[in-house]
Amino acid sequence: MRLIVAVIRPEKLMDTLESLYRLDVHGFTVSRVQGHGGEGERVETYRGTTVKMELADKIRLEIGVSDHFVDPVVQAILQSARTNVVGDGKIFVLPMEKAYRIRTGEEDRAALTPVGVNPH
Amino acid sequence: MNTADTTWILISTALVLLMTPALAFFYGGLVRAKNALNTMMMSLVSLGCVGMAWFLIGASLAFGPGSAVLGDTSLSLMRGVGLEPAPGSTIPWLLFVVYQGTFAIITAALISGAVVERMRFVPYAVFITLWSLAVYSPVAHWVWGGGWLAKLGALDFAGGTVVHITAASAALVAASLIGPRKDYARQAVLPHNVPFVLLGAGLLWFGWFGFNGGSALAANGAAVLAFANTMMAPAATLVAWTALDLLRTGKATAAGGATGIVVGLVAITPAAGYVSPLSAMTIGALAALPSYFALLYRSRTRLDDSLDVVAAHGFGGITGALLTGVFAQKAWGAPVDGLIEGHVRLLLVQFLAVLVTLGFSALTTLLLLKLIALVTPLKATWSEEGLGLDVTQHGEEAYAAGDGALLLLHEGGSDLAGELVPKEGGVR
Repeated sequence: MRLIVAVIRPEKLMDTLESLYRLDVHGFTVSRVQGHGGEGERVETYRGTTVKMELADKIRLEIGVSDHFVDPVVQAILQSARTNVVGDGKIFVLPMEKAYRIRTGEEDRAALTPVGVNPH
Repeated sequence: MNTADTTWILISTALVLLMTPALAFFYGGLVRAKNALNTMMMSLVSLGCVGMAWFLIGASLAFGPGSAVLGDTSLSLMRGVGLEPAPGSTIPWLLFVVYQGTFAIITAALISGAVVERMRFVPYAVFITLWSLAVYSPVAHWVWGGGWLAKLGALDFAGGTVVHITAASAALVAASLIGPRKDYARQAVLPHNVPFVLLGAGLLWFGWFGFNGGSALAANGAAVLAFANTMMAPAATLVAWTALDLLRTGKATAAGGATGIVVGLVAITPAAGYVSPLSAMTIGALAALPSYFALLYRSRTRLDDSLDVVAAHGFGGITGALLTGVFAQKAWGAPVDGLIEGHVRLLLVQFLAVLVTLGFSALTTLLLLKLIALVTPLKATWSEEGLGLDVTQHGEEAYAAGDGALLLLHEGGSDLAGELVPKEGGVR
């Protein structure tokens, strides 16, 4: 099992979700975050005060998946979140020790499988 | 000069001027947070550029004697616009021109609702300035400046045709020509602040008392009638709109109610000083229907008239103009009777005025936008739209958190901030 953490552009969120739905990936967490990944800074001016906005709005996706889902999910995000401009974001794949579904107490693969699908 | 009339028009001018910032709130609340400032600025900028154009030449094109189709340049640069009474009225020329200027300003600002979240700011500002001279001034001349529609007997008390139909027609053309937002019909684009929309609708209603009540150009019975009708018609529209909402979805929506108020105000505008209060309520209630269904239908088409200028101001304005031809009564101050008194001519004249205005505004808008597009692109790029027009057009954000913002010292001073900036490839 792996935890896939992807930091992407807000304007690419819909495209990314679409590609995940196509893979039948329905379980994930989305947060609005701010970050900096080497993109050119935005300069803004407020009544004569000029500031450099270091942090850009990003979306952070967290998806827990079984091993055989890792590659398809990573590929889907790579393709759907890409604009070829600095600031497209990153994907991190982390080992995941355990997963539980809170409602039923199911563990691991059973917990990660969407409701209504046979895990085996 | 009559001091009571002058006082009322002074107050009305301030009321109508307030409608433009009110529109900024109405439109600003309906867009996404990343475009809130840009959308509000699209209304506010009209106060500057259209206001100036009006005083330099627009007022003269509208109210200079000229011909039946256009005024002239005799009043340009405010020459001869002094404190003596305007011809045929009891208020000073200067006040008349200032009062009418507030109408020109809001009319141009109305168009922005069709092109928000994607049209670039500078071409937009150039467009509405030229539009106010090429469309608003001529049509104002036709109807109020002694032009051919006035001679034909078309009635437009406070600007249903001159203001709302011209703007809606321009909105339709601009939205089609510039094209939809990149997210349109692909994902839900939701209003970011519905309370702003309600604030805007409330202030628009408040300002509209000056718009309609002031259009009597005197503190007299016609002003009282227009004022009262401005109270009653939107009340009826609000009820009708909410009833339609309840029937269709089972919920009375706030953004819907605010839209209903605006539609009622638009619809009563041409009729305000010519119809009985009961007729005003009828007009208000009837006006809800075409606009409500136009709005539902539009959102299923490829026409990204983002804030439904056509549904609210176009359908509302046309309904109001035609119903003026139905409900106008000499007994309530109209120069001619309408259909309810058995006279069909006014309705036909109103119909003609609507058609000609729609066509003239559409064609001129198309021409102006094509001309501007030769010089500079009208539409923001895909990535500018993604980042939001607040940042890309204005270098400001409506809701800046300021996290990670570094102060930039001006050239000449030591660029201390520069040393704090992580270099390319810094740890995220």
